[in-house]
Amino acid sequence: MAIEARPVGFFTDTSICIGCKACEVACKEWNQLEGDPIQFRDDYDNTGRLDAQNWRHVQFVEKVPDNKGFIPTPTPIAGGQAWLMMSDVCKHCQQASCLEVCPTNAIVRTEFDTVLIQQSVCNGCRDCISACPYGVIGFNEKTGTAHKCTMCYDRLQNGMQPACAKACPTESIKFGYLDELHAAADRRMAALQQGGYKQARLYGRDASVYGGLNAFFLLMDTPETYDLPNAENAKLPSRNNVPGYLGGAVTAVAGLVAGVLAFRSSRMSDMEKRP
Amino acid sequence: MTGAEHFAAPPNWEWWILAYFFFGGLAGGSYAIGALIRLVGSPADQRAARTAFIVGFLALIPCPIFLVADLGTPLRFTNMLVDASEGGLSFKYWSPMSLGSWALLGFGLFSFVSFLGALGESAVSALDPLARLLRGTAGAVWSVIGAGLGLFVAGYTGVLLAVSNQAVWSDAGWVLGGLFLASALAGSAALQLLLARSRREVDAGTTARLEVADRNFVILEAILLVLFVASVAIAGTVGKLLGIWGLLWIVIVLGLAAPFVARSGAMRTWPPAAGALVALLGVLALRALVIFGAQS
Repeated sequence: MAIEARPVGFFTDTSICIGCKACEVACKEWNQLEGDPIQFRDDYDNTGRLDAQNWRHVQFVEKVPDNKGFIPTPTPIAGGQAWLMMSDVCKHCQQASCLEVCPTNAIVRTEFDTVLIQQSVCNGCRDCISACPYGVIGFNEKTGTAHKCTMCYDRLQNGMQPACAKACPTESIKFGYLDELHAAADRRMAALQQGGYKQARLYGRDASVYGGLNAFFLLMDTPETYDLPNAENAKLPSRNNVPGYLGGAVTAVAGLVAGVLAFRSSRMSDMEKRP
Repeated sequence: MTGAEHFAAPPNWEWWILAYFFFGGLAGGSYAIGALIRLVGSPADQRAARTAFIVGFLALIPCPIFLVADLGTPLRFTNMLVDASEGGLSFKYWSPMSLGSWALLGFGLFSFVSFLGALGESAVSALDPLARLLRGTAGAVWSVIGAGLGLFVAGYTGVLLAVSNQAVWSDAGWVLGGLFLASALAGSAALQLLLARSRREVDAGTTARLEVADRNFVILEAILLVLFVASVAIAGTVGKLLGIWGLLWIVIVLGLAAPFVARSGAMRTWPPAAGALVALLGVLALRALVIFGAQS
């Protein structure tokens, strides 16, 4: 079945993520990502973060008591304890920071309203990595280009849903047309709130974060808990364009005045010496 | 007041970019100082203007090489100027990297012609017609436009860092471009002083005026440096500028102090070039601190 050329996205419901990492494996299989060397960390997360080799990353947020029974930031779930899991991915932002700064136009918006790095155009300047507020994009040393989730653009073009959503056993990752996903998210959110999960919230469902995210989330705690900027901190790089150039211009004028003050006196005294 | 939150990954801009920021700053700053002397300096100062134009262009030569070497796919450096996917030119005024690529190209043209003119004035008689042309009104206009582009090249690198979501860089968004520009002017003045002191034919008055200019630029830089530190302190990310990279602060402060210490006579027993060299090291250290500290 063909997928229409209209906005599609992911709705990742973290409340039913079981941390199986099937999404990570499916993503790597389909996109032929080699993966990074295994890291032995102090938790179940041996992926670490999203990068050029990891386009899906299952986060494990542990909020369990330490040896002294202390929970640093307790959550209202399960008596204050929680083991939160979230399959993180490129958000395919409506106002995409990476797309904004890319100097070569390698980053484009596709017919499915997703954000894609054209590998044939990218020259590896890494400005997009500097700009992405989610730390999604990574640099591939072998190809010399920037990489991130394509939302399986090749599969979409052939009428197939992305590999991660296909593989997710609990349907924590849902793929679909954005308007339909919004409706599904609203229903799920209402059910959770009715069940007493007051901290549950939708992230990226509305335009408060980067104009809305095509890959949006249902979170069980604050965005910061999952290393996501909240609405107050979700800012575009271009916010610094005008102030930055203005600061430079004021400095240039001040510098010129400083220089003129130093050298103008010589011309004046030179003129005074003339008969 | 809560600090800014940052979850961005570092772009791993390292030594090539540091080298570009340093030489690009000296190229733009030297040209601007050369144009300034050309326009408001006395006839006795003009030798220093010629030197500034020559040095500005020589400092500019390695810049594109550094930039291309830093690219993951160096052979695609033309994609900065030509749109490889849609055709036509690639120009995004809201992307400092795109704007900077075009500014570098434009400044290269102005710097090269002024370089040839300076050579014509001093040594190469075949270039004398160009030198005469550049001494007139057309030359003044050329120098003003070139100086504008030079100042842009010296300062846009700070804006490029600021237009991101990186800690420190984006926290000091309004001040970083100005700071790099002031530092480039101070470093360029120190470089001109270094060269003036090594060449006896430069007028003593010119050297004294370069010293005044240098101190003025350093005062400007110091003010912006305080504003920069205040900005990142308010954002809660000043910690990134401490630690191991924080040792660079010593070199930065010494570089700022050098022109004033030299004036006080405390460096009388030092080689004449010492003060200028310390100032240049300070310029390099500032860029290293901002680039590496923020990504640590």
